[in-house]
Amino acid sequence: MTATLSGPPPALTDTVTRAFARRRFFSFALPGAVLAYLVYAAVAFDVAGLAGRARWDNAAILLSDFWSHKIHVTRDNRSDKVSVSVEGEAKHVFPDEKLPDWVKIQGDVTTVDLGEGNIVTYDAAGARYVVPGYGTVDIRPQDGKLVLTAPQPLPGWINAADNKVTVTTPAGRFTYSRSKVETFKYQSGWELFFFTLDSPFWGKGPLDLLRLATTADRIDPNRSNIGYMLSDFWTNKMWHHRDVAWAMFETLLMAFLGTMGAAILALPLGFLAASNFMPVRAVRFAFRRVFDFIRGVDGLIWTIILSRAFGPGPMTGALAIFLTDTGSFGKMFSEALENIDEKQVEGIRSTGATSLQRARFGVIPQVMPVILSQVLYYLESNTRSATVIGAIVGGGIGLLLTQAIITQKDWEDVAYYMVLIVLMVMLMDTLSGWLRRRLIRGTEAGKS
Amino acid sequence: MVDIAFGPEPGPRPDRSTLQGDYLEMVRRKRMYGGILLVIFIAMMASGFALAEYRNAGGFLDGLPLLGAFPAEVISEAWANRANLPGLFVEFLPSLIETLNIAAVSTILGGIGAVVLALLSTRGLARWPRLIPVFRRMMDAARAVPEVVIALVLIYILGGGPVPAVLAIALHTSGALGKLFSEVAENADLKPVEGLTSVGASWTQKMVLGVLPQVAPNWTSYALLRFEINVRASAILGFVGSGGIGHDLKLAMQWGQGRYDKVVAIFLLLFLTIVLIDRFSDRARERLVKGARA
Repeated sequence: MTATLSGPPPALTDTVTRAFARRRFFSFALPGAVLAYLVYAAVAFDVAGLAGRARWDNAAILLSDFWSHKIHVTRDNRSDKVSVSVEGEAKHVFPDEKLPDWVKIQGDVTTVDLGEGNIVTYDAAGARYVVPGYGTVDIRPQDGKLVLTAPQPLPGWINAADNKVTVTTPAGRFTYSRSKVETFKYQSGWELFFFTLDSPFWGKGPLDLLRLATTADRIDPNRSNIGYMLSDFWTNKMWHHRDVAWAMFETLLMAFLGTMGAAILALPLGFLAASNFMPVRAVRFAFRRVFDFIRGVDGLIWTIILSRAFGPGPMTGALAIFLTDTGSFGKMFSEALENIDEKQVEGIRSTGATSLQRARFGVIPQVMPVILSQVLYYLESNTRSATVIGAIVGGGIGLLLTQAIITQKDWEDVAYYMVLIVLMVMLMDTLSGWLRRRLIRGTEAGKS
Repeated sequence: MVDIAFGPEPGPRPDRSTLQGDYLEMVRRKRMYGGILLVIFIAMMASGFALAEYRNAGGFLDGLPLLGAFPAEVISEAWANRANLPGLFVEFLPSLIETLNIAAVSTILGGIGAVVLALLSTRGLARWPRLIPVFRRMMDAARAVPEVVIALVLIYILGGGPVPAVLAIALHTSGALGKLFSEVAENADLKPVEGLTSVGASWTQKMVLGVLPQVAPNWTSYALLRFEINVRASAILGFVGSGGIGHDLKLAMQWGQGRYDKVVAIFLLLFLTIVLIDRFSDRARERLVKGARA
C-alpha cells in the first residue's frame, strides 16, 4: 500500500457521497414500502373485522379437547334412565359395573361428585347442585316449567330460563332441560386411547397389563392375552388405530412412489435436455419447454385433472406428485448433467466404450451425489405435500384430518392426527438427512 | 516408491500377486450390494404400486384412457364459450390478487420471523448462545407442520378468509427460511461485528449494521424463491380451505358442466402468473447473487 497524504480526487468523493445518499434513501424507503404494503394488505384482508368474527369460544373448545375429555352423566327425564358416557357418545357408555367412582346410582338417586365439594344430585323431585362458597342450586320441574331455587342475586355463571338452566363452574358443567339433566366432568388425557369400554383390558394399569400379557390365565381361551390385547387396541372403535395407521402408510406411499417414479423417468429425460448429450437443438428445446410447462401448471391443477381420471385414492396422489416432480427433476437433472467434468467421459471414450457405457461409467458416478441429495430432499418435502394432496384426492391422513375438522366435533382426533403428521414429517426429515450423509459422504460435506 | 526413500515400514507388505483377484473380489462385492439394493428398491416400487392400485377407487390402466377425457371436455366447452374468457379474466382478477397478496404478506411476515430466528440460532451471532438449540428446534417444528393443518384449524377459530392462510404459510415460511438464512449467516464475516462491538454497539445494532448488509443479497434471493413456492401453496390452501383463486376454482369445479369456461379461465390465470413470477424471480435472483459477487 502506498500512503499518500493528498485526499482522494474530487470525482471519487462525489461518487462515494452519491452512493451513500442512494443507500441511505433505500435503507429508509424499503422498510417504508414494506410497511405501506402490509397496511394495504391488512385493509384488504379486513383484519379489523376479524376480531369481531373470530370465535374464541371455538378456540377454547379446541384447546380443551386437545388435552382433555369430558364424561357425560345424563338422565333422560322421560324414562328416568341414567347413563354415563365418554363425550356423550352412544358407542361409549359405561356399563353399570364399571361406573367411575365419582358417580353413584342408588335407585332413583344419582350422586355425581365433581370434586372440591361440588356435588350434583339427581332425584325424583328434580336435581340439586351444591356449589362450595355459593350455596345450593335447586331445580324442580312444575307444570312444564323449571322452578329454580338458588341464593339471590344469580351470578353470571348461572344461565336460567323457563325451559333450561345451565350452571358452569370450574369443576364442570350442569344443564337441566325439560327432556334431560346432564353433568359434564372434564378430565385430562385422551380417554379410551388404548382400549374401549367393552374391552376386558379397559382401566387396567401398565403393571396389570404386563401381568396379563405374560403370566396370567387366558381371558379368551381361544387366543393368547397379548394377541387379544393387540387386536383390541388395533380395532379401537374410538380412535380407529388401524385406519389411522393405514392412512399414514398411504401418505408415505404416495410420497415414495411419486418421488421415485419421477426420478426414474426424469433421469433419461434429463439426458435428452442437456446440451452436452443432445446435439439436436430442437429436441433439447422441446424437452425443456415440456419441463417448464409441467412445473408451470401447478401441482393443484394436475391433482384435479388426475383425480377425475383415476378416482380418489393414493394412486392418484402418487401420480400427481409424480407428474409435478418430473418437471422439477427434469430441469435439475439436465442442469447437473451440463455441469459434469468432460475429462472422465473422454477417458472412458478412449477405451472404446459405447455411449451407454460412457453414460454409465463416466457420467452417472459424477451426477449421482447431486441427484440423490435432490431426490431425498424432495422425498422429505413430498411427505408434507402428500398430506395436502391427500386432502384433495381423498386418500391418506390428509383426508382423515380434513374430515375430522369438518365435523367440528372430534377435536381430539384432530390433535391426534396433527401429532402423528408432525412426527412423521420429522422422522422423514431425520431419515433423509441421515441417508444423505451416508450415501453422499464427503462430496456434499460442506452443505447442511 | 516413496517407501524406498523412507525405508520399509514394519508389518506385512501387501501381496502384489493377489492384487487383481482382490480388486475383482471388491468389484464383485460392490456389484452384489448394488444389485441387492436394486432388487429391494424394485420390489418396494412394485409392491407399493400394487398396493396403491388396490386402495385406489379407479385402476391405473382403466384411468389412463380417461386421462384426456376431462381436459378435452373442459377445453371443448371453454372453446365454445371462448368469447366469455376476457370477461372471466377480469372477474377473477381480484381473487388472483388476493392469492398473490396472501403469498406476499406471508413471505414478508415469515421472512421477518425467519430473520429473528436465524440470527438467534446462528453460532457466533446469537444473542443467547445457550438458547441456540431451543430456537433450532422451534424452526424444525415450524417447518414440520404442514400448512393445511394450521390453516384448517385457524379457519375454525377465525372464520374463512385470507388471514388463516397467511398465518399458516407465514409459520411454515419462518421455519423453512430460518434454516436457510442461518446457513448463510454462519458464513458471514465476523470482523464488522467485532468492530461494532469495540465501539459499544448493542446486539440489534451489530446485527443490523454488521451482519445484514453482508447477507442481504442471499437472503433476498431465498425469500424470492420462497415467494414462488408460497404462491403455489396459497392457491392450494384456497382450494382446501379459505380465500383466493383456489376457492373460486373449487366452486367452479363443484358446479361442473356449464362452468368449465370459468375453470379454464382460472387455470390460465394461475398458469400465466406462476410462469411470470418464476421468470421474474429467476432473473432477479441471478442478478442479486451475481451482483453480490462482483
